[in-house]
Order: sequence, then C-alpha cells, then structure tokens
Amino acid sequence: MSWTMAQAAARLAQDLPEGSVVNLGIGLPTLIADVLPPGREILLHSENGILGLGPGVPKTEADWDVIDAGKRPVSLVPGAAIFHHADSFAMIRGGHIDVAVLGAYEVSRAGDLANWSVDDGASLPGVGGAMDLAAGARQVYVLSRHARPDGSPKIVEECALPLTARGAVTRFYSDLAVIQFGEAGPSVIELAPQVPFGDVQRLTGTKLAHVDGERSVC
Amino acid sequence: MISKQVAFDAAMSGIADGSTVLVGGFGNSGEPIELLEALRRHGAKDLVIVANNGGTGHSGLAALLEAGLVRKLICSYPRTSDAVVVERLYRDGLIDLELVPQGTLAERIRAAGAGIGAFYTPTAAGTRLAEGKEERVIGGRGHVLEHALHGDVALVKADRADRWGNLVYHRAARNYNPVMATAAALTIAQVREVVAVGGLDPEEIVTPSVYVDRIVQIGAPA
Repeated sequence: MSWTMAQAAARLAQDLPEGSVVNLGIGLPTLIADVLPPGREILLHSENGILGLGPGVPKTEADWDVIDAGKRPVSLVPGAAIFHHADSFAMIRGGHIDVAVLGAYEVSRAGDLANWSVDDGASLPGVGGAMDLAAGARQVYVLSRHARPDGSPKIVEECALPLTARGAVTRFYSDLAVIQFGEAGPSVIELAPQVPFGDVQRLTGTKLAHVDGERSVC
Repeated sequence: MISKQVAFDAAMSGIADGSTVLVGGFGNSGEPIELLEALRRHGAKDLVIVANNGGTGHSGLAALLEAGLVRKLICSYPRTSDAVVVERLYRDGLIDLELVPQGTLAERIRAAGAGIGAFYTPTAAGTRLAEGKEERVIGGRGHVLEHALHGDVALVKADRADRWGNLVYHRAARNYNPVMATAAALTIAQVREVVAVGGLDPEEIVTPSVYVDRIVQIGAPA
C-alpha cells in the first residue's frame, strides 16, 4: 500500500530536526506546514519573506498578505518575522536554510534536479526560487510522486529536461519510498507499507540500492 | 514643505514609452493594482515590466499586458494559476520573456538601488539560465555574473506613508516593494493611509522617504 502524498509529506516532516530552518517550495512541499510533528519547533521559511510560517487557514479567515510560496493563505506562528525579498534570498543563498523541500520533474542518479521547464516551447516556464534554493540550502529534499501518471520514471540516469542545479538533491520522498542520494547513487532507505522493492525499481529509470538500516539487502 | 502626495493620474505624469517599470508583489500580495490601472489609462507603450509573476486574471499587471502595452516581461515565475493573459501572449509569441531566478531578480534590483554594478552568484551556474553570461569559479564553486537591474519607474504598494514618503507595509505584502523602491529614477507608492509626519515610529519604517517620489492614497479621487 503506497503512501498518499499527504502521508509522504508527513513522513518527510518526521525527518526535520528540532530547531531546523526549512523552506517549503511551491506545490506539494507546502503541505508540510500542516503536518509538522507536534511539540517540535521547526522554523518554516517562505521565499516571499516569512520566517515562522504556520499551518494553512481557511479562505474565510485568510489574510491574503500571509501566504505560502503557492499563494495559499497560511498563518504566522508566534515569533514569526517578515522581511523583504532581497533579505529572504540572502537567507537562502547565504546558507542559513537547513533544508529546502522542492518538487521535481526529474532527478538524476547524481542528484541533478530538473523542476522549472518542461521545455515544450509552448508551456510557460517558471523558475521561481528553485535555483536559489538548490544552490543555497544545505540539504534539498524532493517531495514528489515517484513516477508520472503514465508510469514513466522521475528518477532517471540523466535528466532530459533543463537543469535547476547539479548534484543538489539529497533525499527523495515519494508515495512509494524514501530514497537517499549519495556518491554511490540512489538508495532506498525505507519502503511504504507493503510496497515491494521490485515495484519501486520498476518505476525508477536508474538502478537503486536497497539499504535497510546499515545492512544492504539488495 | 515636503509633500509627495498626488492624485492617481497625476502620479503617472512623465512616464514615457519604452520605460522599464519595476512592479512590486508576489502574486496579488503587494501588487499595486490601482497604480497599474492608472498606468494602463496613462497609455505609455513598449514597456519593459520587471515583476515576480506575470499577472493573474484580467486586472492589474494582466490588464496592462492585455492592453498590449508591454514589450518585454522580466520575471521569475509567470506560470501561476489563472495566468491566462501571459500564457496566451507567450504561446502566440507576442511577448519577450526573460526568466530570472527569483533571488537573482531581487538581488539585481537591490544592487541597482545600492550602487553595485554587478555581482557573482552561485544560483543558476551551469544551467540554461546562465547561458551567455560570464561564469567563474569562486571558492571552488561556479558563479554567474549578474548585472544590476534599474527601473525608470517603480510602482510599489505599502500600507501607510507620511507625506515625506516614509513607508511601512502589511505582512508579506512587503516582498519586492521595499527593494524596488530603491532602484528606480521615479518611485511611486500607493498606500492605504497617509499619516502625519512623526506618526510612524522611526524603528518601524521599512522604506525611508529618500527612496519615494510620489504617494497616492487608495480611495482618494483620481
């Protein structure tokens, strides 16, 4: 049984340490604001100039000047700070963000990330803050469906789409598995309940290792 | 006596065809919609617009684009939901789009306001968005040379001002607005409220008055 993307977001959130500063990118990553582990203080950064972003709020209670990267209305936690865009990205490029959580079109086995252009000549591209985050955050976690709706893989040998950054991705959290990227390539470090490793490999375009704790089982 | 407060249409006086216009906002938050409407009425054409997004729906920035007044859009993320106008213009080849990483866009504008000609950033090194730009290795990492981005005009949205042009903002509607206010030859701010000089705590002023040329109060007669 695979994880829903909300469950995958919650699984990722479990790995965010106490006291960490975490940027949430547009799309699925913004879900993480709603599923942080209770009792853990994690400072969420949003590129539009918020440190201390809180969970989403209903539209009826929205202050439309308190929004996440995807323009969804959110709350501010006590202690939140507001700053302008150049400061927000100085924080990002300056190495002050521990983890950036981003979406992906493709990730290569070397951790190269492609997530800003489908390169079809007709669809608008949209780089947003992705290149700054991929260059500046200490860790880049991807939260994404494991494969495209047609079953074609997102984790591939080499990215075909234009790159966001080389060697940036350190973890990939999907509906099927948690995958660690390292010098030896991608390794499955956790499978969703009842998902066989073989199914994950079949939906992946490059060879995966399977590490269970310290013990390699594949 | 210094007073920078003017009416909406008077605020557009002197904006010429071909101007580069910095437009604040992140999506609709902090977007100076009323100033954009006034710019559309003013009718200057062949504009180069610098903004985070490419407008949504049919108002504000989208209306300016739809009126055919914009030659080029320099932005980071035009692909927002309901970006119907910019999507059509792009598909039909009717607009020149320069895509800039968001932090590089903000820093290029900041550099313009701070008298910095250009800077090296690791953002976009080795990617298509660095093509044609000088790259060099600094501290073992690839960096891209990015130039300051000046505006002829900046349109910004703030919450409160005094007649000198000191500005404070509301929440994350701040976003690009204070940065853009520093970087244009003519900075025009729309505000919800104008307070007496001395009515803003010096500690809370985000944009000091030196950066602001004209103030328009929302709800005041055009």
